[in-house]
Amino acid sequence: MTSPLRREDVAHVAKLARLSLTEAELDLFTEQLGQILEHANDMSTLNLEDVIPTAHPFGLVNVVRDDVVRPSLDRDVVLAMAPDAQDGRFAVPRIMGEAP
Amino acid sequence: MTSTSAVSTLDQVMERWEPVIGLEVHGQLLTRSKMFCGCSADYIGSPPNSNTCPVCLGLPGVLPVMNRVAVEYTVRSALALNCEIPEHSKFDRKNYFYPDMPKDFQISQYDLPINSGGYLDLPDGSRVSIERAHLEEDTGKSTHLGGTGRIHGADRSLVDYNRSGVPLVEIVSGPDIRSSAQARAYVAELRGILIATGASDGRMEEGSVRIDANVSVRKPDAVFGTRCEIKNLNSLRSLQRAIDYEALRQIDVIEDGGSIRQETRHWDEILGVTSTMRTKEEAEDYRYFREPDLVDLDPDQAWQDRIRESLPAMPAERRQKLTARVLDPTPAQLDGVEVVIDLGLEAFVNAAIDAGADPALAIARAANELAAGIDDLHNLTLESFSATVRMEQSGELSSTQAKTVLGELLASGGDPKAIATAKGYEQLSSDSLGTTVATLIEENPDEWARYREGDEKLAQFFIGQVMKVTKGRANGKAVIAELQARR
Repeated sequence: MTSPLRREDVAHVAKLARLSLTEAELDLFTEQLGQILEHANDMSTLNLEDVIPTAHPFGLVNVVRDDVVRPSLDRDVVLAMAPDAQDGRFAVPRIMGEAP
Repeated sequence: MTSTSAVSTLDQVMERWEPVIGLEVHGQLLTRSKMFCGCSADYIGSPPNSNTCPVCLGLPGVLPVMNRVAVEYTVRSALALNCEIPEHSKFDRKNYFYPDMPKDFQISQYDLPINSGGYLDLPDGSRVSIERAHLEEDTGKSTHLGGTGRIHGADRSLVDYNRSGVPLVEIVSGPDIRSSAQARAYVAELRGILIATGASDGRMEEGSVRIDANVSVRKPDAVFGTRCEIKNLNSLRSLQRAIDYEALRQIDVIEDGGSIRQETRHWDEILGVTSTMRTKEEAEDYRYFREPDLVDLDPDQAWQDRIRESLPAMPAERRQKLTARVLDPTPAQLDGVEVVIDLGLEAFVNAAIDAGADPALAIARAANELAAGIDDLHNLTLESFSATVRMEQSGELSSTQAKTVLGELLASGGDPKAIATAKGYEQLSSDSLGTTVATLIEENPDEWARYREGDEKLAQFFIGQVMKVTKGRANGKAVIAELQARR
């Protein structure tokens, strides 16, 4: 059993997800998310040592495709979806800092 | 910033301090299509954003499907690095907000990578452990407009997603490296392995291989110090300079009574310094979680065996084999072997040696002339290379002439004998050379007498005379042989 979810944990995750929450929302989500985590924690009472985590209800592995090039989208169509474009590229507000 | 160069040099401080280095090497895999979609992976040769589709643009509702060849290249590299291939591996989302990834996450592998626990032996005999080698997708490419050119101060950024989704193998070493020179040797050897397995073209200058370096310093045998990570080094020279700078910077901070902050740093190639990019407090929390759109990757034994059987010899083994063909190799010849292995020129050298050429001469011509003309290598056949080296060795061609013939062969192919004839390189037959030498001996009795008495310098006089008479068509070694026969 991990320690219960704290208000600051929710605030931190919200910040990472670029969500701005009101004080009331922080309280609400701390309580709701806490209940969900608590429910999930019921699992820790079971002995699951030999159980491989399940990603999918179906038992598929190694779904791969051959290395074959297929047609891409028309660039004009692609760029038309963006708010702004320049020189065949997506134009975005200036980037502060470096890529992670 | 702390000044370093004036107060201490690396050699001085390295008696008191030891750098501890771990490297993360990203190698672009040589697939035709991207990691999870059928868009072309050739991002260099294509106009911006011409290789995109709903999958690599991160449009809603799409499903990624793994590229089999990308998986196999990763397994090939890992087997060459003596890694284990665990029974289960999975993909995870690395979440961050940055426009180089249109999905706002990068598909990578977090806690269950496809390969783990290997090692790489370097030519100097040292061993560097490999913690993992996992698969992930590359990001798009941003161009920053306005400002000073680097990212800060740019008014807007332009993004090209051609590279977004190109497969990468990330190879993470243990913190086993103890000098910038060893770091360089490690990357050079690793690059050779990526090329040998066919996984990557290894072109660092084009960004096919990129390195992040984790550097800390400690007193010998002390516990590890706090580390800084230098991002995105893309040449062996930058790698070495950046590590040296960073180690010295940290030592100066500590010796001045300060302490090292764990942070990510940027290497400035022009200024030759590292600077803070972000501190640990600002470090991203990537909220890794399982990529629900991909099933697990569990390469079974049969698949692994098939890949293992198709592995060619690795650089270390090839280096050893080629070196064994040279009797008592000199340091220069060992350097030549290195170039031959690095550029994959052994077939030429081996063909020449098998045809009776002197190994040292064959290696020298490959490491110099063939290396210089590497882009035109398709014009050269094993036979024409062997023949040219043998012509040089027998004295039919001088060194200069042999180099010219090789240059011609690389430029436009052809037959070395025909090229030599066309250039007027045909040398005198030994009969006519003998007659010429005999005549010159008669015409220069004093010089001949001194040569007979043991003055070897006079050999050069006679060679000069022969060259004059034959307009350079004679071979120096053959002239000496004629002189010695008459002595």
